[in-house]
Amino acid sequence: MKLLTLNFLTCAIKTCKTNPASFPLHPRNAELEIQEADINLPFLKNILPRLMWEEIRTIARELGLPDLPSTPPTPTDLSISTSSTAPSNPDTSLDTDEPSEAPAGEETPSQTALDLHRLLLETCIQEGILVCGSCGHEYAVKEGVANFLLPGHLV
Amino acid sequence: MPTYLVRLAQAHESFRKVELRALADLYDVGLEFLTYDEDSPYCLVDLPSDSAARSIISRSILAQGVYELWGQGATYDELHKSVKSISASRWSQYEQSSFRFTVEGYRGGKLAAEQRDIIESFSYLDFQGPPRMRNPDVAFRIFEDYDLDVPTPKFLYFGRLVAESGRNEAKKVYDLKKRHYISTTSMDAELTLLTANIAQVTPGKLFYDPFMGTGGFPIACAHFGAVVFGSDIDGRTIRGTGGSARRGQTGKMDVVGNFKQYGLTSSYLGGFVSDLTNTPLRVPVSASSASGGFLDGIVCDPPYGIREGLKVLGSRQALLENERQSHEDQYKIPGYIPPKRPYSFIALLDDILAFAVATLVENGRLSMWMPTANDEDTELVIPSHPCLQLESVCVQAFNKWSRRLLTYRRLKESEIPKGALEIATKEYEKGTRASDLNGFRRKYFQGFKEFNNMRKEFERMKMAPANDGIEKDSTAEGGLGQKSETKH
Repeated sequence: MKLLTLNFLTCAIKTCKTNPASFPLHPRNAELEIQEADINLPFLKNILPRLMWEEIRTIARELGLPDLPSTPPTPTDLSISTSSTAPSNPDTSLDTDEPSEAPAGEETPSQTALDLHRLLLETCIQEGILVCGSCGHEYAVKEGVANFLLPGHLV
Repeated sequence: MPTYLVRLAQAHESFRKVELRALADLYDVGLEFLTYDEDSPYCLVDLPSDSAARSIISRSILAQGVYELWGQGATYDELHKSVKSISASRWSQYEQSSFRFTVEGYRGGKLAAEQRDIIESFSYLDFQGPPRMRNPDVAFRIFEDYDLDVPTPKFLYFGRLVAESGRNEAKKVYDLKKRHYISTTSMDAELTLLTANIAQVTPGKLFYDPFMGTGGFPIACAHFGAVVFGSDIDGRTIRGTGGSARRGQTGKMDVVGNFKQYGLTSSYLGGFVSDLTNTPLRVPVSASSASGGFLDGIVCDPPYGIREGLKVLGSRQALLENERQSHEDQYKIPGYIPPKRPYSFIALLDDILAFAVATLVENGRLSMWMPTANDEDTELVIPSHPCLQLESVCVQAFNKWSRRLLTYRRLKESEIPKGALEIATKEYEKGTRASDLNGFRRKYFQGFKEFNNMRKEFERMKMAPANDGIEKDSTAEGGLGQKSETKH
């Protein structure tokens, strides 16, 4: 499971959900794997306002991954603006249409975007457990698939 | 606005307009139906431009292509007159282009020689460019619409090709027969792709399927560019340890493998094992606020309780104290299986709606399938929620039952009427057995008895007076009819 999923997951026990400590789930003994993925800038921009930034920082810290900045990036931080790249190749001034149109369709992701992509969409938990911060219930992750089914006494 | 001819597939008729409208809405394109008939693959629409037509049709599953209308008429004389009056101003634009002419007939057709004569009759267009069958600059087509077994067409259209749809390609690529891993209830690829279109999937959106099985819906959504994840109460289907639906197929078959097959792993966040009634996803506490929503869309085909059991976590009877203790003692042992109980289908549908309200962003879409009997008495009511607006209902009819694709839009906060959220608590079917809980399942396994009885009765009533009619018809044929007459 890619780390971004943890942005949406809490404890499955209903009474726990109201307790803020149930989010995020804390990964323990996690076996991480990097699975290369194509960068998806429109998706990063779309999902950015829905990221629980503080909690993602906590997860990254607990997994021993590089620290994230304390404030979340803004959508403009994710791509290198096209106006700054245009003057770098003044040779193409003859056909004025091309340089303005070509980069508009394909924005260049910034280092911030690449870092975020690496963390959220390429880093996967393959094995380990996810622990609820409120009740301490442990959910196992096996072969990259987490199991959130509750035992009989907790339903 | 210019008029376009949309060549539709003559399949899943009740989905066709819904799909085109959903795509037009998605690309914010004005679309007006001028003519449309469930029984015809040709429909005329008003669209603002070629590029608007292309954006909608190129990803449509039930359209085959879109043509700029150059003329129409009931006979070739009328058609030519219409072409000359509508399109004469456009002819010179294509004077030097390489071009292609084709003739297509629906429910009928012409021989190659006759088609050549028809094409020659358009020589007044005066195109000077070279004819080219492969990749011409511009392609024209004459459409002949026939009634069954009538040698002359009832209506004709002439159009310039603007865009072909992705229908054939997508159907071929995602064909279940060639899919790495499927289960017994995997939905046909055409319908999953269609569902994704109606749910308005676009690149950059996040979609979720709470009943993913082998991942058919997430794959279809990923095809149109969404990032997807899903869950299922049965972990074996996700991990692929439950066995394949294919005879003799062994080895590791899992959902990830399907995404690999289509080169879509970049769009797949992962799957997890969970039960919708005890979901691990964040569900904002105040159901009225959309601020907590994080999904752009939900697509699903919930278990109807017929081919797939409809179960949720829990026990049929309340656990005794010693039973609770034994679960508590043993749940960490590998191989522990949490108890599950049958659940009411109507309750599940309402749970899905409530879940969608809590997790969808404003204007996010929920597209879900539900079965119903083809009999008014046993028809399932379409579920509703004050925060969701029913956008469309499409029907796929089978012999004794149908299933419907329901699509809802999550309303914006400002659109929700005040006080609408205080819904009366509903009464669901009670019981512990699957058939007590699920009326549809019960009727299915009774073979829709009432429906059948009614039909038999109806047929008996029809038989009595119809006897004369049958004989009248057969007398005309001679031998057979005479025999029956002599019987009288």
